[in-house]
Amino acid sequence: MTRAKVTAPGLKRRLGWAGLLAWATLGLPGISAADDVNSTGLAVTEDTVKVGILHSITGTMAISETGSVQAEKLAIEQINAQGGVLGRKIEYIQEDGASDWPTFAEKARKLLVNDKVATVFGCWTSASRKAVLPVFEQYNGMLYYPTFYEGLEQSPNVIYTGQEATQQILASIDWVVKEKGAKTFYLLGSDYIWPRTSNKIARKHIEKKGLKVVGEEYYPLGHTQFNSVINKIKLRKPDVIFASVVGGSNVAFYKQLKAAGIDLTKEKPLLLTISVTEDEILGIGGENVEGAYASMKYFQSLDNPNNAAFVKAFKERWGDDIVIGDVTQAAYLGPWLWKAAVEEAGSFDVDKIREVFPGIELKTAPEGYVRIHENHHLWSKARIGQAQKDGQYKVVYETEDLMEPDPFPEGYK
Amino acid sequence: MFADYSMPELMSIFAMQGFAGLSLFSIFVLMALGLAIIFGQMGVINMAHGEFMILGAYTTYLTAGLFENVLPGLYGIYFFVAMFLAFIASALLGMLVEWLMIRHLYHRPLDTLLATWGLSLILQQAYRSIFGAREVGVSLPDWMMGSIAVTDLVEIPINGVIVMVLTLVIATLVYLLMFRSGWGRQVRAVVQNRPMAEAVGIDTGKVDRITFALGCGIAGVAGAAFTMIGSTGPTSGQLYIVDTFLVVVFGGAQSLLGTIASAFTISQAQSTMEFFLSGSMAKVLTLLVVVGILMLRPQGLFALKVRR
Repeated sequence: MTRAKVTAPGLKRRLGWAGLLAWATLGLPGISAADDVNSTGLAVTEDTVKVGILHSITGTMAISETGSVQAEKLAIEQINAQGGVLGRKIEYIQEDGASDWPTFAEKARKLLVNDKVATVFGCWTSASRKAVLPVFEQYNGMLYYPTFYEGLEQSPNVIYTGQEATQQILASIDWVVKEKGAKTFYLLGSDYIWPRTSNKIARKHIEKKGLKVVGEEYYPLGHTQFNSVINKIKLRKPDVIFASVVGGSNVAFYKQLKAAGIDLTKEKPLLLTISVTEDEILGIGGENVEGAYASMKYFQSLDNPNNAAFVKAFKERWGDDIVIGDVTQAAYLGPWLWKAAVEEAGSFDVDKIREVFPGIELKTAPEGYVRIHENHHLWSKARIGQAQKDGQYKVVYETEDLMEPDPFPEGYK
Repeated sequence: MFADYSMPELMSIFAMQGFAGLSLFSIFVLMALGLAIIFGQMGVINMAHGEFMILGAYTTYLTAGLFENVLPGLYGIYFFVAMFLAFIASALLGMLVEWLMIRHLYHRPLDTLLATWGLSLILQQAYRSIFGAREVGVSLPDWMMGSIAVTDLVEIPINGVIVMVLTLVIATLVYLLMFRSGWGRQVRAVVQNRPMAEAVGIDTGKVDRITFALGCGIAGVAGAAFTMIGSTGPTSGQLYIVDTFLVVVFGGAQSLLGTIASAFTISQAQSTMEFFLSGSMAKVLTLLVVVGILMLRPQGLFALKVRR
């Protein structure tokens, strides 16, 4: 016992300065009693464990990623208040990806190599995820990635806590066809990988049902002039405008739709979006997007006890006038899923955790209940909400069962 | 290309696209006028132009909030007050920046580029600290959001009309100021021959400061107008800066008339192409055409004839 509780001066005498330096840089190997739960030299001591938060605090993506950071910090604080993970308090190291993909990769390397964090919560855009992926695979780190995304990916080093494309798209198209009698679709998106892939999946599904896509169009990120496409929509008279326009462009798009006399509260054409969360509505204005349908797995207005507690805690921590969007909730799941997996594995080692992943479940998720699939995505429900004037969504439909994640749908490999 | 549409449909298409082009044109003019004054008349490359616009947009946002809470009865007209305040705010900041920074850098255009680039980063961070990283939107009074139905297909958005009228008014005011007033004559004299202007007793320092402030003020008004169509975030200004320089350079930097002609050409070309091609393609083609013409006419569409 006395040998294990060596104090620092005693250590110095025993190891000398060079030895002490090696001891410090190697993350206390051999000395700490944390050994049995950490055999790979992570930053785990007897009462703390370090994790990384890697999001954009500056640059254009800061707008979106702020909510994720808040959710992750809240989850960590709550876990700490309950006694931490395996009896250890979580400490986080926050790095700024600065909306710049090489920076994301560099900071990921810093977190994994220098800080030896046990896990990382972070990234938003597909580009930032693709940039950090090789780093996580090289150093065997584990990333909890919260954004709904285009799918077509599966990594042993990532847990995807948002929806992949088929969970978001297929269920919602089935719904508008069945419930709203939709027969013709106009696909519209911002011009980069996620909207293009999503629309490809949507088009395939629509055509498989024998229905018609009457137009498909992309505009550069940040575009603010949608008059031309709105004119085309008026001419082609689709039943559904299927929109994956992202970011600030949305404000221009919905304001111009309204100004051009397209009333979304009427059922034709109805608008189905996969990219507008409560966060975006803050900028767009509820009165401009009122009536539109969104397909997400989470809405702030979800009526269940888990969510009530989550919304209350979130507002207490970050302010009353804050809104919570789909990705914010998915980010909140990260630390909790990690905690559940660590405790199931009885270890912080990434390899041991990976073995227990399939089946790790969360009964306290604000979205209800989730479970990790073998392919590292979540089983979760698909939901459709209708935007209200106050900026919230009213849930009008949810799948009865959890949807199985299918990141590589037939025909897109 | 045309075969998909019937004749009356084609007529409506051209009417609608013509109008879409016109509203794009007014936006381009609003964005570019301020820059044309600063860049064309003073030779200062102002990379922070977008951030001056955003200052106008944030001013509008604050004014809207003020009216909503304090004077809800007058909400219908807050926008005009906001525009005026946006002008004042941006012009004052412009004056300060000119005094602190720009006046030391005249005749060193590349240095103004770097300095104002830095300024734009500073302003962005300031906005982020003050207003937060999230984008904010301004809600408009109801009467500004509707549209006038001309036929079944053709509807004219009221906010589009307002932007157009606004552009017309500002362009006219700038024209009167630059070409019909004593002060405008002084500005043009300073631009064409600074030592000579000083020799006849013009206070060039003062002229510079007011010109710069005017350019920034117009940017502020443009920003206020943009809240009608877009949202405002700390980095939104960057979205506009490329288009703005494109319009000014294409038109011929020193000619305000050129700026207007270039805005018209670019907007109509883009709007027409957008309908028959895809959005991204239209943008690429527009850029190609502009580059092609600039290769033939390096001074832009309207070059100022001066002896060099």
